[in-house]
Amino acid sequence: MQRRVVFDGKLLPYLLVAPQLAVTLVFFFWPAAEAVYFSTQRQDAFGLSTVFVGFENFAAVFADPGYLHSFQVTAIFSVAVTLLAMLPALLLAVMADRVVRFASVYKTALMLPYAVAPAIAGVLWLFLFAPGIGIVANALKWLGIDWNYLLNGNQALLLVIVAAAWKQLSYNFLFFLAGLQAIPKSLLEAASIDGAGGFLRFRTIVLPLLSPTTFFLFVVDVVYAFFETFGVIHAVTGGGPSKATEILIYKVYYDGVVGLDLGGSSAQSVVLMIIVIALTAVQFRYVERRVHY
Amino acid sequence: MATVTLSAVTKSYAGNAVIHGIDCVIEDGEFVVIVGPSGCGKSTLLRMVAGLEAITGGTIAIGDRVVNQVEPKDRDIAMVFQNYALYPHMTVFQNMAYGLKIRGLSRDAIRARVDKAAEILQLGALLERTPRQLSGGQRQRVAMGRAIVREPQVFLFDEPLSNLDAKLRVQMRVEIKRLQQRLGTTSIYVTHDQTEAMTLADRLIVLNGGIAEQIGRPIELYERPASLFVAGFIGSPAMNFLDGAAGDDGRVVLAGGTVLAATAPAGSGVTVGIRPEHLVPAAESEAAAHLHVDMVELLGADTIVYGTLGEGGPALLLRLAGIAQIAAGTRLPLGFPPEQLHLFDRATGKRL
Repeated sequence: MQRRVVFDGKLLPYLLVAPQLAVTLVFFFWPAAEAVYFSTQRQDAFGLSTVFVGFENFAAVFADPGYLHSFQVTAIFSVAVTLLAMLPALLLAVMADRVVRFASVYKTALMLPYAVAPAIAGVLWLFLFAPGIGIVANALKWLGIDWNYLLNGNQALLLVIVAAAWKQLSYNFLFFLAGLQAIPKSLLEAASIDGAGGFLRFRTIVLPLLSPTTFFLFVVDVVYAFFETFGVIHAVTGGGPSKATEILIYKVYYDGVVGLDLGGSSAQSVVLMIIVIALTAVQFRYVERRVHY
Repeated sequence: MATVTLSAVTKSYAGNAVIHGIDCVIEDGEFVVIVGPSGCGKSTLLRMVAGLEAITGGTIAIGDRVVNQVEPKDRDIAMVFQNYALYPHMTVFQNMAYGLKIRGLSRDAIRARVDKAAEILQLGALLERTPRQLSGGQRQRVAMGRAIVREPQVFLFDEPLSNLDAKLRVQMRVEIKRLQQRLGTTSIYVTHDQTEAMTLADRLIVLNGGIAEQIGRPIELYERPASLFVAGFIGSPAMNFLDGAAGDDGRVVLAGGTVLAATAPAGSGVTVGIRPEHLVPAAESEAAAHLHVDMVELLGADTIVYGTLGEGGPALLLRLAGIAQIAAGTRLPLGFPPEQLHLFDRATGKRL
């Protein structure tokens, strides 16, 4: 049992949490409340008058085939990004964990993508894959693959998935590596004396002991795919071609900022907020049961 | 059941030798304890037998088979680790069944073996718990259980009791000994605790700086230590050492001038060892020397007297059976029984 240190002061605890609370209030609760308010309003094109319309904005959003399409895109995108960000990260972490010499060089190299800003990362991938000038695009062309993500929606979706996953890979790698290093070596030795070969040890000892990390990363990655991939998509495809890469968060931006439909956009962001809260709650409720702490 | 044969076993890390050629044949069913101070290479040696460390030179054979290149899982051994290394995400039952499951035993056979081990170790009521819910002693027993269900040829113990409190340690020590006698499995046990070593071992290997200083039965090591190191390591409280020299006639004279009834090659520097329990108080007329007492510890069963040999001389410990009423500051006349003296060459540390 850990012993807890208890301080008697009444004011000190509040002072200590105040900065965090202030940031959360200003940058989360306030905008969220605004979004909820605006989702029930309709504004005229010049922003001169607003009227209360109840749930009309929500009704309009769900009647919009574009919105339902965006839903599908988001589902594919977030599942693919999460898997693609986690599995290679686990593989790399397992391999980096075994490296003895120059380990810190590998680790630093594998951490670099995380230090790149999302928009910069997007531009990087844009340069690599731009039809005509991109080096990878030309290589693909040489191999006989008709690569043009500006016209082919599937290719565009693939590209943003890979770019977004690449960006998150480092983060997952770091946590997986820390998780692996926290597993006592004697456990693996005991398992190998018990007769388990490398793969069996990984499946029966390492993976279960890594499950808290995996669970945490799963939650973080899904939220990442839903929200933080905006920069990558904005830089690479801008939601195109013909909305093929328009995930929900991008549609919120597009309809609100470009389309100036403030009420509809707010309604979408409220929906998005509810989805993510629900997803996280489900994850904690059901997935966590299978996790060994 | 098998013998374990170590022949000229060496180990070095990046050119630094840590084990310098160990030779030992561990007989079938024998309980051998490797004992030594921390950093002497005893755990490394054990891990080499287990296959967790590569063997730099020499060979290790289990039974007739040289296992230098054999994976740990194929050596048919079981090991009990210092921190127990129980799988935290498995129940006690699953922990013990893990190795059997991998070996493809049937469900019923696994159940039978685990139940039998659980009965021996009194773990029956704990099978569905996880290691986290167990006390230190219970975890220790689960680790033992995991080793015995496998029915291996050799048990390896890597300081299995050092994480337990003193009382539990004594209790588990007895249990391990009893278990080994019951199963008759060849066992190698590593410890830094000389009491554990003395009580458990059929034979002891005293390791110092990667060299086997002496291999023998515990009582042999106590009665005839081959070197200063063994003499100082085995026995508690530790043996007294006094500087001396052999005169022209070969009689050994202590630095303080006390002449002993012992001989050594003339003119050589000698370290004289005598155990605290072998020093005897003598009548004033027959005293070979005097102990200047500074402190007395009454332990009930025996009394430990701390002092110096002569005024300001070398420190000396005396252990007397029972309760002896000796005051600090007194002069205690002492005798040195000649048959209890151990003479060592001061230069090489070897027994003369």
